[in-house]
Amino acid sequence: MNEIHTEVAIVGAGLIGGSAALALARAGVSVTLIERGVAGACASGVNFGGVRRQGRAPDQLTLAARAHEIWPHLRELIGIDGEYVRSGHMKLARTQGDLVKLAAYRQKVEGFGLDLEIVEGAEFRRRFPCFGAEVIGGSLCPEDGQANPRLVAPAFALAAERAGARLLQQCNLICFSHEGDAFVLKSADGRVIRASVLVNAAGAWGARIATAFGDEVPMRIKHPTMAVTEPLPPITSVSIGIEGGGFYARQVARGNVVMGGGFGEAVGEDVCRPGGAAMAALGRNAPAILPGLAHASIIRYWSGIEGYFDDKNPVLGHSTRQPGLIHAFGFSGAGFQISPAVGEVVADLARGRTSPLIDAAVFSPARFS
Amino acid sequence: MSDARIAVVGAGPAGLRAAETLVAQGQDVTLIDEADFAGGQIYRQPPAALARPAATLYGAQAEQAQAIHALGRELAGKLDYRRATSVWHARPGRLDLLHAGQVDSLDYSRIVLATGATDRPMPFDGWTRPGVFTLGGAQVALKYQGCVVGERVVFTGTGPLLYLVAYQYAKAGAKVVAVHDSAPFAEQARHAWAMTALPGMLARGLYYVGWLRAHGIPVRYGMTPRRVIGDARVEGLVSAGIDGRQREDACDAIATGFGLRSENQIADLLGCDFAFDPINSTWNPAKDPAGRSSVAEVYLAGDGAGIGGADQAELDGERVAWALLQHSGVAAPPRRIAELDAALVRSRRFRQAIDQAFALPALARFDLHDEVMLCRCEAIRVGEVRQAVRDAGITDLNRLKALTRVGMGRCQGRMCSTGAACVLAETACVSLAQVGRVRAQPPIKPVPLSAYVDADPASSGVQA
Repeated sequence: MNEIHTEVAIVGAGLIGGSAALALARAGVSVTLIERGVAGACASGVNFGGVRRQGRAPDQLTLAARAHEIWPHLRELIGIDGEYVRSGHMKLARTQGDLVKLAAYRQKVEGFGLDLEIVEGAEFRRRFPCFGAEVIGGSLCPEDGQANPRLVAPAFALAAERAGARLLQQCNLICFSHEGDAFVLKSADGRVIRASVLVNAAGAWGARIATAFGDEVPMRIKHPTMAVTEPLPPITSVSIGIEGGGFYARQVARGNVVMGGGFGEAVGEDVCRPGGAAMAALGRNAPAILPGLAHASIIRYWSGIEGYFDDKNPVLGHSTRQPGLIHAFGFSGAGFQISPAVGEVVADLARGRTSPLIDAAVFSPARFS
Repeated sequence: MSDARIAVVGAGPAGLRAAETLVAQGQDVTLIDEADFAGGQIYRQPPAALARPAATLYGAQAEQAQAIHALGRELAGKLDYRRATSVWHARPGRLDLLHAGQVDSLDYSRIVLATGATDRPMPFDGWTRPGVFTLGGAQVALKYQGCVVGERVVFTGTGPLLYLVAYQYAKAGAKVVAVHDSAPFAEQARHAWAMTALPGMLARGLYYVGWLRAHGIPVRYGMTPRRVIGDARVEGLVSAGIDGRQREDACDAIATGFGLRSENQIADLLGCDFAFDPINSTWNPAKDPAGRSSVAEVYLAGDGAGIGGADQAELDGERVAWALLQHSGVAAPPRRIAELDAALVRSRRFRQAIDQAFALPALARFDLHDEVMLCRCEAIRVGEVRQAVRDAGITDLNRLKALTRVGMGRCQGRMCSTGAACVLAETACVSLAQVGRVRAQPPIKPVPLSAYVDADPASSGVQA
């Protein structure tokens, strides 16, 4: 009696699963979105919130360009604007060598519409007086920005539900199989879901599902350490990253500065916490890069559980072993901006089409074999 | 050496008695306390410049206060005493500390959490206006700083502290306009018999009420605060009785609190199980009668694991120390254990009656309209929360926090989570137990970024 029949079953109601479910539901496909906890509460909901194209490899920039078109229309799509603003994204340089790398990147991505501007010297100081002496310049992407993942992530799943998707929360799947012509998923509380197509959007838990169907992928789990200050007077309008990584920050409209850098640690399988070394590094780096933070206090540290691949690309595409299985996980700490477009890619693949937004070979799980 | 180090967090009655017992058995103890001097909130010592006689400061409890202070001084030479130090994060085996504006850490093998309690305010129209204080805040002003929060003060809320602070204010020369207890008189009368479990305590409570009445101070039962009068600061308070009839009292300050709330964030961060206490409408870390938590290394004593008051905290502290010692093979003296256990049973029976007599009033009695501030740190009003609960079908307090920012600010929900839980439960038509509790996140209290300036990367690091 507890059996649900659906055309497409999506495991994981984070940003990827939510946007895929929304795209499918809007296309009139019968879709069931299954979440172990509540929608958008894992890494999708607790990530840094940078909506940035800058820094991505050209392989991702077609996808990122499509997402860039979608973000300003979030309200029409999911009912809220998600506090999205095109604040600009500045990737900082601490050395001349960093500036050379930033210039090389600008050249590499010409033609993708990022409109990168390298700012340095006196002009950098004049236009961006917020940065400390150890920062000597940066690369500005004026139309990149930021949004609030806490709000955006669950909103995609809820919008999908309104558009006709079936949303199953608190549904912990314990058994994945393919029998005859259907996937059969069983939950701990006895529910059974049968689907023709299965989408694995399980984030940090995606590799486990892939393994269940014979796809072995070398994903590593990491836990970025993030922090937020109390509300402060305006310090920076642009969202900030730094060449070489290790620090990122943005200031929200209310005045809090959200920042991150370094990684935390796992506590058992599904729980993590911010790392001591990362917290200390943030304490040293943040005021050096943004002297306006010298007297600020951190009111909250947190972390999330994310899947990473060494090539920084997700696994996004058909299983190499199981027909009908589509993977979309392991976004390597950079899934937030592209997620609305990834949903469209998954919707295309689930309906047997190819997607113009990706080069299938680049994202295929086959690239590891 | 740190293999056997026992950390005791809190130098109030519970923590001091625990430390005393442990030290007497030759244990290696580090005592960590936020204050400069021992005593906890209840026996807080003023700075030297504002010193006053114990009888003035602590009234009927002067003797206990002095004994606790003396114990603090005595222990200072016998253990590693970290004064003016707060624990802002806890991981198994390691505490993150903040002292003199700098971070530090402490490794421990076992830990006694005697973290005490703070006020439990409830929101009402105007409760964030200048001139409205918590009962504990009003008491701290008096005990620590030697000043009063206003010249004409209304005390509104419930619990034993309501009468005690009102009494202390009147004794200090402030005009106590009225004492408004949200609990109906009938409730207190009904549970008075159970309170005879501790006749001394009952007598003390009755004494305060009697004294207030004898000095012409109106004590009204079944009254909840509804609205603060005055735009820039407090000019009066509108209250309502059980029958809904309203009255207005002119005043220049309001002290309010609806019982106390355990400071249990460290227990939460260390993974202790929690249980809902339906009488006190709150979540507390679960513990056995001797104070063992669900985590083997973590022991709980005093108000930090459920409100029991100062006298019970002293018993708790000693009892939990014996439980810890027993774990490390030190035999506990059976007669003393039997005495402690019997005293704790009496005390808990008394406390249960107190909790029933001074229950958290139903939210409806505050008649909150949508514009009332709920979370003052993040400036979230009641209406926004009601809207979010309806729109997103929220039934869980952490989900509410994620979607509305309630409890996400400086206080991390310490001040607003009771009100938020009540509004959530009422709007979603579920019980307070069902909405759960706000998960503790580090830092427990804000940590300045400058605290890392001199930090040794090796000592603060877990892994790169």
